[in-house]
Amino acid sequence: MARRLTLTGNDAGAEAMRQIDPDVVAAFPITPQTELMHKFAEHVADGDVKAEFVLVESEHSAMSATVGAAAAGARAMTATSANGLALMWEIVYIAASYRLPIVMPVINRALSGPINIHCDHSDTMGCRDSGWIQLYSEGAQEVYDNLLQAVRIAEDPDVLLPVMVTFDGFIISHTAEVLDALEDAEARKWVGEYLPKYSLLNTEDPVTFGPLDLQDYYFEHKRQQVEGMRAAPDVIRRVGREYGELTGRPYDLLERYRTDDADLVIIALGSTCGTAKTVVDWMRDEGKKVGLLKIRAFRPFQEKEVAESLKGAQAIGVLDRSISFGAPGGPVHKEIRAALYGADCDTPIVNYIYGLGGRDISTDHIRTVFEELEKLPGSPTPEDNIRFIGLRE
Amino acid sequence: MSEKTWKEIPIGGVIEDAGNAVTYETGSWRTYRPIWFADRCIQCLRCWIACPDSAIVTEDGKVTGVDYEHCKGCGICSFECPVDPKAIEMKLETDVEE
Ligand code: SF4
Ligand code: SF4
Repeated sequence: MARRLTLTGNDAGAEAMRQIDPDVVAAFPITPQTELMHKFAEHVADGDVKAEFVLVESEHSAMSATVGAAAAGARAMTATSANGLALMWEIVYIAASYRLPIVMPVINRALSGPINIHCDHSDTMGCRDSGWIQLYSEGAQEVYDNLLQAVRIAEDPDVLLPVMVTFDGFIISHTAEVLDALEDAEARKWVGEYLPKYSLLNTEDPVTFGPLDLQDYYFEHKRQQVEGMRAAPDVIRRVGREYGELTGRPYDLLERYRTDDADLVIIALGSTCGTAKTVVDWMRDEGKKVGLLKIRAFRPFQEKEVAESLKGAQAIGVLDRSISFGAPGGPVHKEIRAALYGADCDTPIVNYIYGLGGRDISTDHIRTVFEELEKLPGSPTPEDNIRFIGLRE
Repeated sequence: MSEKTWKEIPIGGVIEDAGNAVTYETGSWRTYRPIWFADRCIQCLRCWIACPDSAIVTEDGKVTGVDYEHCKGCGICSFECPVDPKAIEMKLETDVEE
């Protein structure tokens, strides 16, 4: 039985965390922490959860305490945003290298400066190579759904990698939406009991975590991380299918929204996908063959599936909510170009950087993108293939 | 010892055989060597408690010497030793006669 709730993205995240009821949650209790943790702290104070809640003095310590708890065999979580994630950076890599299945909601916000607290993807795109799985959410429903799935994905014995569930700051985090949540008992059953592969607290079978790992074995451990990431797509798909059987909302790594016969396809992540779907519907009503490829899992990135999804496209627009300074376009654009290399594809591709620091992206902007793409079929990728939407030129 | 492939080792750098550092010599780069004098020692075991590398050797609850394969020469044992003159003295490795 689903419970229909009206929650902000932050509260949807806190609701999922309440139901997951991890053994340990460590958090920095001041900004850039968000209301998600504020709400979870209320659940702790009200006795709704059994989680050991550790308030620490920085985001670096929050991730450190989470890593320590996870190494001790606990199901451990934290949450962060923007510069908080930046301060965790060192330990973000360590969590992945120690193969600790930590789940962390990240509220996507700009990495200052000048000082800005609004949405863009510069925070999580910056750590796309840290070894974490990254699931981007389109709205509050997906925040909730992705968090419940993330626990099962992270803890899968073939994966054992931490998962970031990201959602757009303010646009999702502070907007109330109607969503369906599981009953507590169903959610508990879904996440199941956590049986850690290793536990520092298991004195019957003592192990050492975090030893020195030099020229002779470090490389082998990195190769193992690659293997965990390679195992992840099948697990994400399986968990998404099973979640669909339970809730009626199945998930995949990508979502192809009216792309099957589309001539013009745009690619996006996060809340912008909702805006884009509306425009796709409008333009379809006008008889235009347009579609959206939504990337839910940016890590692991599914290059074959992406290439397959774009096979019929005659022009492609890639939307990036962050900049990779000095590189040929934004991070999503680079992945798409790489995925299409060798896929026998000479489709023109234009990168659209948008929405930095919370700059709004409207249906008109998306329509403009499609209208620009309309001019491209049959010609090569234009010289000015890195464009900016919603910027005063 | 032949090195193993990535498929043959535990993930995450975990050492499944905890405490196997005893089989690995870690005391080779010591500058100062702690020298223990049995005749001055009052067996208070402060050195044993304080040594960060478990390199103070005991038998039946009594100090019997130092494990030089693992002692890194930090000098904490000597610093903590309460007797005067110290029952553990730090000597430059190059000055110690083998
Ligand atoms: S010098 Fe340091 S490492 Fe060596 S025995 Fe003394 S306390 Fe232990
Ligand atoms: S601290 Fe000094 S006196 Fe005490 S047990 Fe060690 S060597 Fe002996």
